[in-house]
Amino acid sequence: MSGRIARAFTRSARERRAALIVFVEAGDPSLEVTQRLLPALAEAGADVVELGVPFSDPIADGPAIQRASERSLAAGTRLTGVLDLVARARAGGLDVPVVLFGYANPVLAMGEAAFASHAAEAGVDGALVTDLPPEEGQAFASTLRATRLDPVFLLAPTSPPRRVKIVGRLSRGFVYVVSRPGVTGVRADVPEGLAELVSRVKAGVGRLPVAVGFGISSPEQVAAVARIADGVVVGSAVVLAMEGAVAAGEDPVAAAAALVRRLAAATGR
Amino acid sequence: MAEKFVVPEADASGRFGEFGGRFVPETLMAPVEELTRAYAKARADASFRRELHELLTTYAGRPTPLTEARRLSAELGARIFLKREDLLHTGAHKINNALGQVLLAKRMGKSRVIAETGAGQHGVATATAAALMGLPCVVYMGSVDIERQALNVYRMRLLGTKVVAVESGSKTLKDAINEAMRDWVANYGDTHYVLGSVLGPHPYPRMVRDFHAVIGRETRLQARKVLGGKLPDLLVACVGGGSNAIGLFHAFLADAGVELVGVEAGGRSAAPGEHAARFGPGRVGVLHGTRTLVLADDDGQILPTHSVSAGLDYPAVGPEHANLAALGRTRYESVTDDEALAAFHALSEKEGIIPALESAHAVAWVLREARKRPGSTIVIGLSGRGDKDVPSVARLEGLEGLAGVAS
Ligand SMILES: Cc1ncc(COP(=O)(O)O)c(C=O)c1O
Repeated sequence: MSGRIARAFTRSARERRAALIVFVEAGDPSLEVTQRLLPALAEAGADVVELGVPFSDPIADGPAIQRASERSLAAGTRLTGVLDLVARARAGGLDVPVVLFGYANPVLAMGEAAFASHAAEAGVDGALVTDLPPEEGQAFASTLRATRLDPVFLLAPTSPPRRVKIVGRLSRGFVYVVSRPGVTGVRADVPEGLAELVSRVKAGVGRLPVAVGFGISSPEQVAAVARIADGVVVGSAVVLAMEGAVAAGEDPVAAAAALVRRLAAATGR
Repeated sequence: MAEKFVVPEADASGRFGEFGGRFVPETLMAPVEELTRAYAKARADASFRRELHELLTTYAGRPTPLTEARRLSAELGARIFLKREDLLHTGAHKINNALGQVLLAKRMGKSRVIAETGAGQHGVATATAAALMGLPCVVYMGSVDIERQALNVYRMRLLGTKVVAVESGSKTLKDAINEAMRDWVANYGDTHYVLGSVLGPHPYPRMVRDFHAVIGRETRLQARKVLGGKLPDLLVACVGGGSNAIGLFHAFLADAGVELVGVEAGGRSAAPGEHAARFGPGRVGVLHGTRTLVLADDDGQILPTHSVSAGLDYPAVGPEHANLAALGRTRYESVTDDEALAAFHALSEKEGIIPALESAHAVAWVLREARKRPGSTIVIGLSGRGDKDVPSVARLEGLEGLAGVAS
């Protein structure tokens, strides 16, 4: 409830387009690169940045983000380092909303309350913990809300109406709809039935914006999702573009920014 | 009347005290709930229980004997019994759970099963149950474990199972579970995930325990018979995830006078990454869908583990064990790789039984402790046989053990 996330969705709606949410892994390949990356993503057209916190056992992620997480951990990234990075970026004038995206164990190791207060101080706007579904994340969500951070929860094609309602009640900022069963990764299509899923979720979560992710990677897919949802999340494609640039001896920040520009151009309705 | 312990059961959300639960991504919540309902229905259904009992007795070889280890007993001055899960079909307790879950998968209308495996015993058991019941099966196995348990890899292939090598992370059991969960989240419509220990999100810890609880029920009857109506003083079992141990302990939990000891892998040393002893250095954390004791660093990253036995080489422990330890009902100790190897030889030479390296950990602790308890009666859960470990032990010991048969 820093308001940055809500403002980003209000602005994109006013401009008759979906908000572009870009996922990158903090510390891949190093925190220095991520430091340069954040303003470049904002400048290229990311409305919200989802900053992945690396974890040794990322069960919800496909190979691209698994490798990014391994590279980041190998470079020594820690949760405290990610928070410091956001604080430095804010001090440098970064205004794009930042949502931390990760797994429960690093957050529990820091302590839920300590995490919330450090994240809020650093200028983080929200958090999504993949393996904290509403049943296990209720207390965490209220801790976040009390520190003016937006708790973001996932919904899936399998989530029954009862769960959609619960997630609507616990979430702030936006809700994140997983487009299909499975892990993160690049896919060629947009799954059938997505429009029905999104409208079912919209009906259940009140006025909260609804973003769609998992498998969205090309401008064509972004355009298709932008017609039905308030936000589009692209992750693995950006991570892969950076990985490719590093392998080719090119600047990963420039590669990510170039892709984000093409994706941002496809968000209109 | 003997003192009674009030046995805690998992609540509706799968909590054993502060441990357990369902820490899974939203996409897995529906399949996990479907499984919970299906299992509750099956458990209450006499025909399911009958069918499973039939498989356990006519196919797997239950009941397993309780063997008195006479030479060891004479040497140590205590009466030592072995609960012989090593005599089961496929060579370890794992078949109890695999038959139960694959039978359940059939009832749920699933057309494919997947599993993870460390030592390969759970993979072989699942591959066996799948072959028996006509379901295709995929087993995920870390490439380090594939190397050290080559015999079991070949057995799974003979049984018609596809073995997928996992190259991520530490390339052992925990990474195999990661990969199996990724498969499940994408394919839950037609696939049941046969998790191999008392780990993972609810209902697994409770369901897997129920399928193994037959070990303790049999032991209780058998022990009373040979002990003139009395119960043993002490039960000892090795603890990887904790399935054979909770299977042995469960029927005795209420009997507060029966001491229960789980033995973890002390590995090479107490340094981080060199062992898999979770009680002590472990912190409360979340891994693979459950809140329990986990070996992790200050940042919450899961630590690598080491054990000479692949089946104990895992950084977390079943939530029911964590709770029982917190309540003081069970106790956990560790023995080193070297102690386990010595016990592997000792049981082979003194009783004519080659134990699995996992089970050798329980034997090793008894070899160390029994003299302090003269006259007491001790039951060791002999969770598996050691055939699978013979090549790697021979390699570790410079093939000396094979001197007589080589060339
Ligand atoms: C013979 C044997 N014992 C014990 C274990 C450890 O598992 P658990 O602690 O679940 O019994 C294994 C696992 O592979 C095993 O093969």
